[in-house]
Amino acid sequence: MTSLSPGSATSSPPLGHGDPAGPDSLAGVHDHDGAHGGHTSGHPDHRLFGLGMFLVADGMTFAGFFAAYLTFRAVNPLPSGSSYELELLLPSINTVLLLVSSVTFHRAGSALKAGDGARSRRWLLISAALGLTFLAAQLKEYFSLPFGLTDNLFASTFYAITGFHGLHVSLGALMILIVWWQSRPGGSVNRDNPFPLEATELYWHFVDGIWVVLYGLLYLL
Amino acid sequence: MTLTLPPQAGPAPTLQPTGWLRYFSFSVDHKVIGLQYLVCGFLFYLVGGALAGAIRTELLTPISDFLPRETYNEVLTLHGTVMIFLWIVPVVNGAFGNYLIPFYVGARDMAFPRLNAVAFWLIPPAGLLLIGSYFIAGAGASQSGWTAYPPLSLTTPATGQVIWILSVLLLGGSSIFGGINFIATVLKMRRPGLGLMQLPMYCWAMLGTSILVVLSTPVLAGTLVLLSFDIIAHTGFFNPALGGNAVVYQHLFWFYSHPAVYIMVLPAFGLVSEILPVHARKPLFGYTTMVYSILAIVFLGLIVWAHHMFTSGTPPWMRLFFTIATSFIAVPTGIKFFNWLATLWGGKLSLNSAMLFACAFIVNFVFGGITGVALAQVPFDIHVHDTYFVVGHFHYIVYGGTVFVIFSAVYHWYPKFTGRLLNEPLGQAHFWLTFVGFNLCFAPQHWLGLNGMPRRVAEYDPQFTWMNQLSSAGALLMAISTLPFLVNVLVSAFRGEVAGDNPWNALTPEWLTSSPPPVENWKGEAPLVTHPYGYGSAPDAIDLKATSGRDLWSSGRS
Amino acid sequence: MLIPAPVLSLIIGMVLVLSGLWIGQNVNLLPVDASSNAPVYDELFKVLFSIGAILFLGIVGLLVFSLVRFRRRPGELGDGIALEGNLPLEIVWTAIPAIVVLFVGIYSYDIYERMGGMVPLNDHAVHAMQHEAHGGEGGAAMAAMAGGGIESDERIWGGITPASADALTVDVTAMQFAFIFRYPDSEIISGELHVPAGRPVALRMKANDVIHAFWVPQFRLKQDVIPGQPTLLSFTPTRPGSYPIICAELCGPYHGGMRTTVVVEEPENFQAWVSKNSPNPPPAPVTPVVAAAAAISPLQS
Ligand code: HEA
Ligand code: HEA
Ligand code: CUA
Ligand SMILES: [Cu+2]
Repeated sequence: MTSLSPGSATSSPPLGHGDPAGPDSLAGVHDHDGAHGGHTSGHPDHRLFGLGMFLVADGMTFAGFFAAYLTFRAVNPLPSGSSYELELLLPSINTVLLLVSSVTFHRAGSALKAGDGARSRRWLLISAALGLTFLAAQLKEYFSLPFGLTDNLFASTFYAITGFHGLHVSLGALMILIVWWQSRPGGSVNRDNPFPLEATELYWHFVDGIWVVLYGLLYLL
Repeated sequence: MTLTLPPQAGPAPTLQPTGWLRYFSFSVDHKVIGLQYLVCGFLFYLVGGALAGAIRTELLTPISDFLPRETYNEVLTLHGTVMIFLWIVPVVNGAFGNYLIPFYVGARDMAFPRLNAVAFWLIPPAGLLLIGSYFIAGAGASQSGWTAYPPLSLTTPATGQVIWILSVLLLGGSSIFGGINFIATVLKMRRPGLGLMQLPMYCWAMLGTSILVVLSTPVLAGTLVLLSFDIIAHTGFFNPALGGNAVVYQHLFWFYSHPAVYIMVLPAFGLVSEILPVHARKPLFGYTTMVYSILAIVFLGLIVWAHHMFTSGTPPWMRLFFTIATSFIAVPTGIKFFNWLATLWGGKLSLNSAMLFACAFIVNFVFGGITGVALAQVPFDIHVHDTYFVVGHFHYIVYGGTVFVIFSAVYHWYPKFTGRLLNEPLGQAHFWLTFVGFNLCFAPQHWLGLNGMPRRVAEYDPQFTWMNQLSSAGALLMAISTLPFLVNVLVSAFRGEVAGDNPWNALTPEWLTSSPPPVENWKGEAPLVTHPYGYGSAPDAIDLKATSGRDLWSSGRS
Repeated sequence: MLIPAPVLSLIIGMVLVLSGLWIGQNVNLLPVDASSNAPVYDELFKVLFSIGAILFLGIVGLLVFSLVRFRRRPGELGDGIALEGNLPLEIVWTAIPAIVVLFVGIYSYDIYERMGGMVPLNDHAVHAMQHEAHGGEGGAAMAAMAGGGIESDERIWGGITPASADALTVDVTAMQFAFIFRYPDSEIISGELHVPAGRPVALRMKANDVIHAFWVPQFRLKQDVIPGQPTLLSFTPTRPGSYPIICAELCGPYHGGMRTTVVVEEPENFQAWVSKNSPNPPPAPVTPVVAAAAAISPLQS
């Protein structure tokens, strides 16, 4: 997607900073078009805003799932004898893991902005590790649960929601690793082009936030 | 505020195809994408119309003779899905939104041009997938209506249903990408000096629509994913036989699909607000209230979904709440209609095709809106829910409203797209055929519904034969009315009268450039139009300061 | 000059309102009414129709008038008047629809209440009905409840229930593609619904496979029949005759053929139908059921 020469990726003429056609790159893939390097242009970069919108949309998907879950809970009692208690220990540890990873990611961001690439990369790696640990723990929980996907309504909803969230975490962890690679010395992500890191950070905070709600609704309620 | 521009280099060499080929390419030019949406949507309209033709042919007789019963259900499902997701939504949002919004905000492209192209290119494969499912031997297309209520959608042939889900997911994704893009463009890409309350009304309409898209479409996506789990993995979310709850699906579905009706009509409202002032030579009446009524419709649109479920065993308080909330949508909508009437009042109206279609829209929509408010009353709805009364209601709105506006918009903006005018007598013929055919087709359906004809049936009580034949005759007229339009659009592209840059003497920014516009929209700086509807004032009083596009503006015909 | 001579507009307005009212009262678009809530419904319909006609005719009249009066005549080049807004006018046309919909909403709420739609639908409602049945003269209803297919503590999900004690209860089962009616007190199972005129009927509806809907246009009533969620529909038939029962929810290929008949009969004919079709005639000792049945149809010989 970035193989086109500068100026050809968008049909807008190379108007320099007068060019209002901001680049688009929701997936967090950075943009090679030198013309759009956020800091050189006086125009704000709209990609984070776009990502924010996308996360609103994504959040609504979760909201729909949560609403369905709450309704099921309220009006569709499980057949007697088939209610399951969820273990709280692992998910609680997981909550802590994710929350901590948000903090570490924030550190990575600040470090990058402060120009300390090496420190930023260290924090990135820690965040990714926390995310992967979360996934591993989630998988362990899946395998130790006494019910399967189709056992009953509760089980199906539980797997659907946690699975959808797990997908988000996996994608996030992948993105962190990509950003980690890109921010190597000489890589494309640095103090002057922090967008991929910022985008991933925003996304990661979002995924954490969703988890907190999820944890509250599915495990605690 | 003016921009200081570095000296302009000529257009950089580009890998994008030029000429007509670019309409088949992954172009990132918003104007090309807009026309791609428009033409692609129109092709799907012909498909959906042919399916409607099959429906009306089947309903000529009270017995199921023209189509097998399963096929009838496939046809009506495809008709509804194609018309909504592949014709109305992409055209009224994608086509005109992409073409016009960058002009209106004074930008050279959308905020995310590549995302924009991706959004468009999701549509043809999704559409072909959907229509293709009809031809799968042994399985066929989905048979459960465009609403796909479980448990029916869990028991009809799975292949068709899963393809339907896949297709709608792709189209929903396209819609969300488009919505994000419109929000970012309207809010973030405005030319310096251009205030929000100076934007042409269509921008507000698209902003409101896109908010609805971003908030509600994902819920549909999630719901359809759950539905596909029920079909493929045999989970029981919506399957009562497995302990699930079929009504929850309806809530989630309508949480999207009610806002979807405003996604289909708000942009049309915006387009009408652009078209009427130009041909009435008057400012849009009540700009501020128009803006607030759009926002009110957006808000109310999100909290009325259960009016589709009055017979679904919802608790009484819920019916009460949704009745009241739904009825109140008539208030902001009414404001818009009265403002349009006031815009016409005292104008100098050119009764051309664009104007006729726009005014017929008012007639049809008010009719459909009034039946809508009646439907919102629970006791009324309990009788006519799932009958032809509802079919009549929504065709008055989607066809009589939105499709009429699309035609009006094509007559209005065709000179901008091509630099040539459409033929006016052919346009008038198109209009009258459509208007008569439309009313003949859908007005009788209200009576049918009141008197006992349910919807989605291939066979009906013989006492309704006559009325149904009347309705089918209307449908035939509508099909015929497509001909003058097609001829007009195709022939005028080559032979039409040359329009000049601004044949209507309009003030909105898309007309302040050449027709068709250059790739970068304006040769020079984007004009700053702070009074997009400044008609009727003395020319020197019209505030067009810094209108550098003005020299391009040939004062055209009257 | 936006508003023409006030007197003129007043006259036009009055003509409009009167013709709207006339249309609402005199144009009949509905089938015969055969249940006690049908006339109530028709009342609402007339009101809605009148309001709709007034609004529609008024708006279309205004539009057509503008199109004719303000059309551009050949040779005319100028613009219209530069009128950007008018606050009092905006307030007027915000207030009028608001008042209209508020009125319509409250009125239809009242109608719905009279139809019995606002009765809270949960197990308590059913219990309450049973208690009334115990106390009152509706022994038949009590017996009917006891023998019902829906246990009394089962949750009822929705529908229309005028809480009436002496209702004739019928269990309805909907399946692809038929309705089956079971009369718990006489054990009749039938594909056709027979009900006596003048006596409330309570349908307790269950679906076996997919969602169906029970609709009798002449009763102006419809209720979805949802698998897993029993629903209730009560009504009082008034006009003897045969009316169609139509499945109104897409339920598969034969959805259009899923219809049957409801026969509203004079009470004595109904009683005759019951005794003719009952598989096990009521046992000899006088049970409350028979006593009650006799009590409500005194004309029976
Ligand atoms: C573009 C699409 C569109 C739009 C804009 C609307 C607009 C409205 N719709 Fe419609 N509707 C559909 C498309 C649309 N609808 C579809 C597709 C279905 C069927 C879905 C299916 O089951 O397949 C449906 C079904 C539907 C139902 C469910 C019927 C049923 O299945 O039983 C209801 C019930 O409340 C309803 C109500 C309304 C109302 C109150 C409005 C209001 O927004 C209308 C407001 C407008 C006006 C009222 C006119 C202008 C106002 C004035 C001039 C002011 C004065 C007026 C008064 C005071 C009354 N609609
Ligand atoms: C959103 C837009 C939209 C539009 C524009 C239309 C347009 C039309 N619709 Fe559609 N309709 C829906 C949306 C729409 N519909 C939906 C959502 C449903 C509900 C589906 C469901 O229940 O799930 C529905 C259902 C529906 C039904 C009810 C089916 C049933 O319940 O059994 C009927 C019946 O008359 C009908 C008729 C028509 C007709 C005659 C047109 C005409 O206006 C079409 C006119 C156009 C043409 C005719 C095309 C041009 C001509 C040609 C391509 C030549 C070939 C054609 C012929 C030879 C006839 N529609
Ligand atoms: Cu049963 Cu339709
Ligand atoms: Cu709706």
